Amino acid sequence: MEKRVTFRGWLLPLILIAPQVIISAVFFFYPAGQAIWQSLFIPDPFGLSSQFVGLGNFEFLLTDKFYRASFLTTAVFSILVTLCSMIPALFLAVLADRLIKGSGVYRTLLIWPYAVAPAVAGVLWLFMFNTRVGVVSWYLGQLGYDWNHVLNGGEAMGLVVVASAWGRISYNFLFFFAALQSVPRSVIEAAAIDGARFWRRFFTIVLPLLSPTTFFLLVVNIVYAFFETFGVIHTITAGGPQQTTTILVYKVFSDGFVGQDLGSSSAQSVILLIVVGLLTVIQFKFIEKRVHY
Amino acid sequence: MASETHGMVEKRGAGLWLTHVLMILGVLVIFFPIWLAFVASTVSQPEIVRPPMPIWPGDRFWENYTAALFSGVNVPVATMLFNSLIMAIGIAVGKIAISLLSAFAIVYFRFPGRTTFFWLIFLTLMLPVEVRIVPTFEVVAGFGMLNSYSGLIFPLIASATATFLFRQFFLTIPDELAEAARVDGASPMRFFIDIVIPMSRTNVAALFVILFIYGWNQYLWPLLITTDPEMNTIVMGIKQMFPSGDDVAEWPVIMATSILAMIPPVIVVISMQRLFIRGLVDSEK
Repeated sequence: MEKRVTFRGWLLPLILIAPQVIISAVFFFYPAGQAIWQSLFIPDPFGLSSQFVGLGNFEFLLTDKFYRASFLTTAVFSILVTLCSMIPALFLAVLADRLIKGSGVYRTLLIWPYAVAPAVAGVLWLFMFNTRVGVVSWYLGQLGYDWNHVLNGGEAMGLVVVASAWGRISYNFLFFFAALQSVPRSVIEAAAIDGARFWRRFFTIVLPLLSPTTFFLLVVNIVYAFFETFGVIHTITAGGPQQTTTILVYKVFSDGFVGQDLGSSSAQSVILLIVVGLLTVIQFKFIEKRVHY
Repeated sequence: MASETHGMVEKRGAGLWLTHVLMILGVLVIFFPIWLAFVASTVSQPEIVRPPMPIWPGDRFWENYTAALFSGVNVPVATMLFNSLIMAIGIAVGKIAISLLSAFAIVYFRFPGRTTFFWLIFLTLMLPVEVRIVPTFEVVAGFGMLNSYSGLIFPLIASATATFLFRQFFLTIPDELAEAARVDGASPMRFFIDIVIPMSRTNVAALFVILFIYGWNQYLWPLLITTDPEMNTIVMGIKQMFPSGDDVAEWPVIMATSILAMIPPVIVVISMQRLFIRGLVDSEK
């Protein structure tokens, strides 16, 4: 879509667009270019010179068992975060949608966790499950279950998944609730007159009508789990124990900043760049489709 | 919405109560971590380190919050709150300002390189700061912007979401308005300031809410570039309050800080709920 009526001149628009272009060039394109460039080199241990290795860093990464493990960890983590945030959100949205009065109050209360930063959410959940002072871990202990996410990789994964999914429930709830409100009442009432019970109506009519929202949320939640959960992982597990919660973004950080392995970290950035690119394309393809609905 | 149109499918009687009960249970479960943090911020350290900790607030609200705000662990929390506020407002205002300008240029002018610039901006949609941290860190360090507000703000405003939103919106402004402005001999900037900006008010406000929270909740970037505790933001500063090694964390102060860290974004979200939901839905479209 283009404007028919435009203003004349070329200097003014260049001045207007300059701040964004300059900031993007300096803080975005140059660093991104650097990441791609550095991914082709291996610096020597003293950082004085570096050796061109072509795709060597990538070859190494793709055969490295730690990197492969991190890929698997990320896949498991993002699927679990997506499920654990979407299913409760849908359930709550269905409940809220059935109420004529009061849904506004519940909505206001349910938005809260969205405003809580992932890193703060990490601290809250860490506090509940802390091995020394945590309330939940203490009660689990009373029940005979010895909770220790510091040593047990499965428990560590469970904890970072729940802490990451928690704030996302609010977000997904808002989208599901809006979508449910826009389902035509006449369709549902017609089914009700035909004698379809609530759950039958839900699975045969409502859920299919929600599929655009569901698909959209699937993509954005996966993007969230991939890139925005760093704070949760850093506060709760720092990637441990034994790298069981080291997702890809965390590995870029720990290899690049803690391990000072710039070549590998840059190559990992480039691989993530490709992943984001694919996810963005999927998202846009889908949005284009949705416009025709 | 009139209740007649709802009558048939909404629950009444026992079913209605059951729905409310389930809803309240859901809210309680979701709220539990926040409640527990609040309780922990009002009791004494011994009450926490001897589990189970109490489930109702204690009487040390003022002690813990003043201790956090004015002494903190490494740096007073009041300082970190201030830094977060500057960062969040800087990111929100900066992003909105540069995006309004560039979207106006892209929509209302035909100039050389327009399509190229448009795609260059579009590309920045794709790469979160987490992915390009090492080189971005080097750029910021090269400019001597470590431990500075500009270092906290600038790398995070290089993104295209807001530009796209404004572009979409500007395209819906009737052509007659620009036509009239041109006939009247008004300059493009006059038209921008007198017509376009006032019309974009709601969009600007909605975007401000989203970007404020985005900026406030940043973690990795401030963690990397603020080595001086005086420049820490509150969200990243909480983690720094945990002792390294085997020392016991000062939980009441840490939990008071966590509560303080979530109050500003919660207030923004709750008080501007309509705008927030609108901004959320718009910016994700």
